[in-house]
Amino acid sequence: MDNPYTVPAIVAVTLATLAIGFYGLKLARTTSDFLVASRVVSPTWNAAAIGGEYLSAASFLGVAGLILKYGVDVLWYPVGFAAGYLALLLFVAAPLRRSGAFTLPDFCEVRLHSRGLRKLATAFVVFIGWLYLVPQLQGAGLTLTTVTGGPYELGALLVGVVVTANVALGGMRAITFVQAFQYWLKLTALAVPAMFVVLHWQADGRPPVTPPDGLTFPAATTVVVDHPATLTLPDGSTREVRPGEELAFQAGEPVPHVSGVDTARDLDWLLPGNDAGGLFGTYSLILATFLGTMGLPHVLVRFYTNPNGAAARRTTLVVLALVGLFYFLPTLYGVLGRVYTPQLLMTGETDAVVLLLPVAVLGSGVLGQLLAALVAAGAFAAFLSSSSGLLTSVAGVISTDVLAHASDRGPGQRGSVRDFRVAALVAGLVPVVLALNVASLDVSQVVGLAFAVAASSFCPLLVLGIWWRRLTDLGAAAGILAGGGAAVGAVLVTILGPPLHGWAAAMIAQPAAWTVPLAFAVMVAVSLATRRRTPPDVGTTMLRLHAPESLRL
Amino acid sequence: MEQPTSGDGAPQRTRIVLAEVVRRRDHDRVRAELTEQTQVGEALVRGLVRAQLALALRLSVVVAIGLGALPLLFAVAPTTSTVKIFGISLPWVLLGIGAFPFLVAVGWAYVYLAERNEQDFTAVVRRPER
Repeated sequence: MDNPYTVPAIVAVTLATLAIGFYGLKLARTTSDFLVASRVVSPTWNAAAIGGEYLSAASFLGVAGLILKYGVDVLWYPVGFAAGYLALLLFVAAPLRRSGAFTLPDFCEVRLHSRGLRKLATAFVVFIGWLYLVPQLQGAGLTLTTVTGGPYELGALLVGVVVTANVALGGMRAITFVQAFQYWLKLTALAVPAMFVVLHWQADGRPPVTPPDGLTFPAATTVVVDHPATLTLPDGSTREVRPGEELAFQAGEPVPHVSGVDTARDLDWLLPGNDAGGLFGTYSLILATFLGTMGLPHVLVRFYTNPNGAAARRTTLVVLALVGLFYFLPTLYGVLGRVYTPQLLMTGETDAVVLLLPVAVLGSGVLGQLLAALVAAGAFAAFLSSSSGLLTSVAGVISTDVLAHASDRGPGQRGSVRDFRVAALVAGLVPVVLALNVASLDVSQVVGLAFAVAASSFCPLLVLGIWWRRLTDLGAAAGILAGGGAAVGAVLVTILGPPLHGWAAAMIAQPAAWTVPLAFAVMVAVSLATRRRTPPDVGTTMLRLHAPESLRL
Repeated sequence: MEQPTSGDGAPQRTRIVLAEVVRRRDHDRVRAELTEQTQVGEALVRGLVRAQLALALRLSVVVAIGLGALPLLFAVAPTTSTVKIFGISLPWVLLGIGAFPFLVAVGWAYVYLAERNEQDFTAVVRRPER
């Protein structure tokens, strides 16, 4: 695509991110500044920053892509991504802030005083962080390929390097300003083009999203075939195509179904209950996204920057509103994508719908190109902000739990700023290498798997740790190993293993429905069996977690 | 401490000051009971934790019924998903639009009620029954 505004827009976003980062660097002086912004960030800034960090490639590109492909059943992704903050608010936000822990491993130490558990938590933080970082970098590669025609590797490398440099140099204080800026940029970048697209759709006489005779091309379109496949036209006739073949379609021609590209058609798309995994898959997805958010390391680390528990609660409520506001938009793109960019249903690259829709609807005039550039800039903001947050938290635990340990300060001791920078480099390098080598999946699906792992490991740890006195270190470790381990296994089989069929496929593709109850059950059972190991100071800890600050105990 | 004086130089009545001292001592006593984990303090904290957990669980049930029952509803009674509101079918309206204000409303109710629980707890600690 030939758009003179895209590259400048992406460069501008990247430079602005770096500039705000360096502005923050001037303010960041101590290790505490680096890690938790010295806990002086106001709730409004903090809420926008959490929103900015949370709305990743999966939200910005992936959700719209999934809706374009599968329809109503995947609306549970945005609903769950938002509802996760409600679960976080109800069960975790205020007590977690009051615990005074910096990171999840810190929480293990505060509540259960176990070094072993701390190490286990560190391993899971790093795994979840990397699993979540890879699709961000993939999204960056896809975006650069789609909007500039540049190589896939360049986008992944660009975002990887910029984010690693920014985190290593500025730490989290800088990141807080960056993230807050990114939230509003992302909202604008989707909302403004969406308004134009909807107005144009109105002016077109509202072409139906599921026309009775099947989808048709709105304009003359050329599709290049990637894989050998069979095209099926709505009238039932079929045609074999080979890779490299160019298919030209006239405006008004029906959109053929391509074998090998998994999409929901017409009524399946419009009506619920046609998900591959059926009801099990839907409930599994709900469980993973509702309970997974509280276990995401980059979300949790933000709560330590609230001044107190009550502020943490209010911040979470604002985040819920901000995130909910944002999620109206991807649905709109996914739905109108069926009308204006049906060729994506043939290639399967539906993640690109947000990027392509403005030009597809408004034409390649100045307006269309400007809006396309805005969306591309927003997408880059999404990759930069999510990756920064993830990298900060992964680097945080690596520097405090791995490097500090190696340099003999003992775990839990704050490492030096230099340790943090080294950790940021290590934490950034691994996902870049993975993103360049792992076959690409739908970004939202990989992110969904990260949610499932978080929901099966840290969610039970946090909920039971905060509300149940009898939790023991052995119980917590056993629960994390059983539930989290099972979820990690399912993720590895999904990404690396052979394709599965039937019930096994549903259980592995959406594992949360069995791994989350498993984690809770094992955690409770082992804790009851090792009752003697209940920490003696559990009463003091409970008081600290739940007593309101106004008492000033 | 500076003695407040009236116009003619005589010291004002000091009972208010004394009353304050007494109240603070009471307050300190309950705070000590909390921090030292006496039975009274322990019971107070347990009560607070139980109240907050009950509130969180109650609101979770609201969400579980309000949102969690939808897939089951659409599966058991498929006709509900063909109902149209303003030309959009019901599942799209509920999930694409309605879910988000619903979540924010539940969250708002939680923040309000949780803060009220904490105020109740603070009130008990500050003004203990004699």
